Amino acid sequence: MNSSIALKVDEADNVATLFADGVRDGMRVEIRDKAGKSECVTVLGDVPFGHKIATAPIKKGEHILKYGESIGAASRDIRKGEYVHVHNLEALRGRGDLMEAEK
Amino acid sequence: MKHSFLGYRRPDGSIGARNLVAVIPSVICANDVAQAICRQVQGTVGYFHHQGCCQLPLDLKRVTDVLINLGKSPNIGAVLIVSLGCEGTDHARLFAEIQASGKPVEIIHIQELGGTSRAIQAGIDAAQRLVIQISALQREPADISEAVMAIKCGASDTTSGMASNCVIGYVADKLVDLGATVIFGETTEFIGGEHILARRAVGGEDGPVGRRIHEIVDQMERRAKLIGEDMRGGQPTPGNIAGGLSSIEEKSLGAIVKSGHRPIQGVLEYTESAAGKKGLWIKDTPGREPEILTGMAATGAQFMLFSTGRGAPQGFPSMPVIKICGNPTTYARMEHDMDLNAGRIITGERAIEEVGEEAFALLLQVLSGRMTKNEALAYFGSIDIFCLGPVI
Repeated sequence: MNSSIALKVDEADNVATLFADGVRDGMRVEIRDKAGKSECVTVLGDVPFGHKIATAPIKKGEHILKYGESIGAASRDIRKGEYVHVHNLEALRGRGDLMEAEK
Repeated sequence: MKHSFLGYRRPDGSIGARNLVAVIPSVICANDVAQAICRQVQGTVGYFHHQGCCQLPLDLKRVTDVLINLGKSPNIGAVLIVSLGCEGTDHARLFAEIQASGKPVEIIHIQELGGTSRAIQAGIDAAQRLVIQISALQREPADISEAVMAIKCGASDTTSGMASNCVIGYVADKLVDLGATVIFGETTEFIGGEHILARRAVGGEDGPVGRRIHEIVDQMERRAKLIGEDMRGGQPTPGNIAGGLSSIEEKSLGAIVKSGHRPIQGVLEYTESAAGKKGLWIKDTPGREPEILTGMAATGAQFMLFSTGRGAPQGFPSMPVIKICGNPTTYARMEHDMDLNAGRIITGERAIEEVGEEAFALLLQVLSGRMTKNEALAYFGSIDIFCLGPVI
């Protein structure tokens, strides 16, 4: 039996938000989208309540999509089911640290 | 009137949800006297900001303008200005413009009266007169189209964009359809989602409103980037990140959900009032509570819907704030600070529309006088005015 559900906001998204407590590495969770489609994946990493997992493999440098829009880029290759957060997602906006490079 | 509330009619025609005497220090240096007056006189609220002197003229004008619009805001029945005497704000204009709105207003000057204790005594006498003077005013029926609602999210997590902000978006659409005014801000939290807002602007993304939306976001982002750091950790905050928000873009895309789906009529400056404006408007503000809540109250909003995931308890002295919590665990832990549980959307117990209707029913009651949890706790001491230049 599996009660942990990760919600995909938009069809185009490659991450889903997991609203469950105590999800640990290797556990199976269900990814559900708005149309009601669902798929089971194995979670890679311990994922706290409200955090995200990848719904597809994402290559380093590719956009990470939620709400059908970019929320940043992968800072390393991400596997399907892997925990996605600040350790492997880089923001692309508000980057004062990259200002010199922009000039 | 299909949807109505009971409010206090002001001389300028606006309608208030509260009937308070505002004690307004014209400068930070008058705060202690103003606080002593507020402690003694029932029915007063104070705006204890930290501005008004040793600032650039642009900011001094800004502070004066915000204080004027706070004094003119509909929840205020009368005003007592507490001036030091040597401040940079224009206390004479502050007095004159509030007086021109038809409200009773008095002013005291600490230096002229001979110092702290004499000013406190004169201030208590004046505030007592004003409170008694406005206390006999009765509430009268008003149509919901006279409502001005401010909206905001604070201490967000990933439930905000998927539950509580959806509820606010539902209410925002409903109020706009009923002819009311809705104002949202937090320009910092448009970063990464500004193209979506600009497309909703009256006249389209390339029209004046659409272009202005891009402009205010560019200005805010440039301001942050000039320091030379990655803004992550400042925005999103450590609490946002612990709550699962990975970037400013993700936070923004969740934040703008609360503006609903209606066309955006225009962009108000931070100091501006929304008097006479209908529909959905943006106000150019930062995201931090003390500054945005002040800006929204100065807009003339009678109340605010405030969405939270991690649990933000703060409010504003003269503007009731209704807290809508998207995170079921936070709601259970902080029930005494939260007015509505949108966490039931996350657990699958309720639909967005159902909680939206609960929020709508509650806001009508709050407009008619029902206290919010924040208001009853008087958790609103820390306010401020958003300035652009340095303290000099």
